[in-house]
Amino acid sequence: MTHPTFLGMPPFPIAAKEALANTQQRANLARATTTIREKRLRTITELPDWEHLRAAGAAIKDDVLARLPELLEQLEERVTAAGGVVHWAADAAQANAIVADITKAHDAREVVKVKSMATQEIELNNALAEHGIDVWETDLAELIVQLGHDLPSHILVPAIHRNRSEIRDIFVREMGKVGRPAPEGISDTPAELAEAARLHLREKFLRATVAISGGNFAIAESGTVVVLESEGNGRMCLTLPNVLVTVLGIEKLLPTWADLEVFLQLLPRSSTAERMNPYTSLWTGVTPGDGPQEFHLILLDNGRSDTLADPTGRQALRCIRCSACLNVCPVYERTGGKAYGSAYPGPIGAILTPQLRGINQHPVDEQTSSLPFASSLCGACFEACPVRIDIPDVLLHLRAKVVEHKRGHLGTEGVVMAAAYRTFAKPGRLRAAQKLGALGAKVVGRRGRLRLRGPFWISAWFGTRDLVAPPAESFRTWWRRHRR
Amino acid sequence: MRVGLFVTCFNDTLYPQVGRATVTVLERLGVTVDFPAAQTCCGQMHFNSGYRPECIPLVRHFAEVFGGYDAVVTPSASCAAMVRHYHHMVDPAVTVPKVYELCEFLIDVLEVTDVGAHFPYPVAFHPTCHSQRLLHIGDRPQRLLAAVDGLELRPLAHPQECCGFGGTFSVKNPDTSSAMGADKTADIKATGAQVLTSADTSCLMHIGGLLSRQGVPVRVMHLAEILASVKGGSR
Repeated sequence: MTHPTFLGMPPFPIAAKEALANTQQRANLARATTTIREKRLRTITELPDWEHLRAAGAAIKDDVLARLPELLEQLEERVTAAGGVVHWAADAAQANAIVADITKAHDAREVVKVKSMATQEIELNNALAEHGIDVWETDLAELIVQLGHDLPSHILVPAIHRNRSEIRDIFVREMGKVGRPAPEGISDTPAELAEAARLHLREKFLRATVAISGGNFAIAESGTVVVLESEGNGRMCLTLPNVLVTVLGIEKLLPTWADLEVFLQLLPRSSTAERMNPYTSLWTGVTPGDGPQEFHLILLDNGRSDTLADPTGRQALRCIRCSACLNVCPVYERTGGKAYGSAYPGPIGAILTPQLRGINQHPVDEQTSSLPFASSLCGACFEACPVRIDIPDVLLHLRAKVVEHKRGHLGTEGVVMAAAYRTFAKPGRLRAAQKLGALGAKVVGRRGRLRLRGPFWISAWFGTRDLVAPPAESFRTWWRRHRR
Repeated sequence: MRVGLFVTCFNDTLYPQVGRATVTVLERLGVTVDFPAAQTCCGQMHFNSGYRPECIPLVRHFAEVFGGYDAVVTPSASCAAMVRHYHHMVDPAVTVPKVYELCEFLIDVLEVTDVGAHFPYPVAFHPTCHSQRLLHIGDRPQRLLAAVDGLELRPLAHPQECCGFGGTFSVKNPDTSSAMGADKTADIKATGAQVLTSADTSCLMHIGGLLSRQGVPVRVMHLAEILASVKGGSR
């Protein structure tokens, strides 16, 4: 089975333009984000100590980031002592190779998978396909994306851009090609769609010998990995097959079980807007005679150490992948997730993807460098973030990085910004520019209104908007005439 | 108290009536206002677009120009937020002058909500993102508007939604910006208001530009212009 890739996507403004033209998707997204936004607000306002929980979550994560080497070694020691095998992967290629080797060592030609952001990030499905290994997504939304030969567009609800009738069509068309077909005459009611997925997936659960998961948390003091989910597919993957491989970002650690208590409140309320998620699975190494008898934990760096080295940018590593920032983001609501060209869409993607790809150290491609600018800086994301990541501040920081790397190649924008800077540097120049503007408005303005055609930002503004014509007299000129 | 007016480069150049209205309101309340003519720009456009080195001289210049005032008043929430939140980030050595957004100054310093204005029209108010999420001015603008004689406040259905301006975001991501703006103008139209107001001229420039292009007969006015209006005075 082939899988689409985020590689080679166009910069955000171009991808967004395309997405905005998809009116069905926009309607689906607006409905979904508005619903979950209101639900989340109700769920967090019922807690009297929500702001304390946010502060505690941020503090615990900051502590983890400050002591990461020590905690990782502790985790490795505890997992190993409990019968697991720990692998270290510096990048996506290493992590994918380790998973492929383990799978091949067991002669498995297929694996079942728990929904996981880390494996999306490293595009594990594509890598295993190259080894002739089929990967079956078992989360309902991931299944819809996979069967639709599609890309995920949301961290929690990867198929948020699809509605019920689109999902029914995908099931009818695709399920039979890779396993048990959708039942004859299936409707688009949620119950029938869920039942079709259940029947289709059950065969795969019962057949699989290897499962792959990510992890929401890993507790260093005991070597315990934690997965939160809603559908029970995770529990099936984590308990049925004999071999379990977990790919875990190195920032996912928590020092102790007591710390987990904070996050078991923060995460469900911020992501699904539930007081508690239906399934919480925790396991420590292997237990003889119960569950997987072979457990591999792959600790993934893939740009995280470089992100950690940046004092402003490192707060992005607090992220617990709840997707609250996506749901409140006015940009995400309209463009959807695929426009961000990464497994991590929305505001968190705009700060995490560029850092994982190395923007703090070196210039990055045009697509990646467009991401920090994909925001109106409205600040709704920071307000919603359960671990208080100041996303607008990090966006501003990364914008400065982009400009710093592009110095000398900033093109028309650089010329405009330099001209503006020179104008603002001396009040006399600002006054002269204002007089020039008033003169220009006399020539082209109509009833105090401008409608211009022109290159670059002129066409960008005037495509949908008019502009008030510069007045005959600036404020400073008026003040000088009347007040001095 | 020495009060300096930071009119902002934006109002100074494109919307001088906002500066004049701010002076009118403050003087009506007995405040002597000074306009230091050496002022230029707070650096927000350069800072938000990633041009940090360019901000350093602008931030220092701002501190020099306004350093001697007890209070600096500005009719722009986003410029006030730039000074208060980010000037020390641009240059940690600078002493940041005490800046108040106009509504903050009226309510917190002068302790006035009724400024003696008369404006007999239905008005919608857009709480701009920076005024709410960076300055936390809360319902101060609505309290001032509620005290205006004759004014009828028409609430937006989704007031907290960003209008999509976002500074250079409006031209770097024009399609997304306009899509956000279109939802905002639809919300404004549905209120039946004749006037849309806010504490930021920049957002009003974007929303007003969209309304004008769409041919919607809603006028945009800065809050200061409404507060400056009096019975028998010209609107």
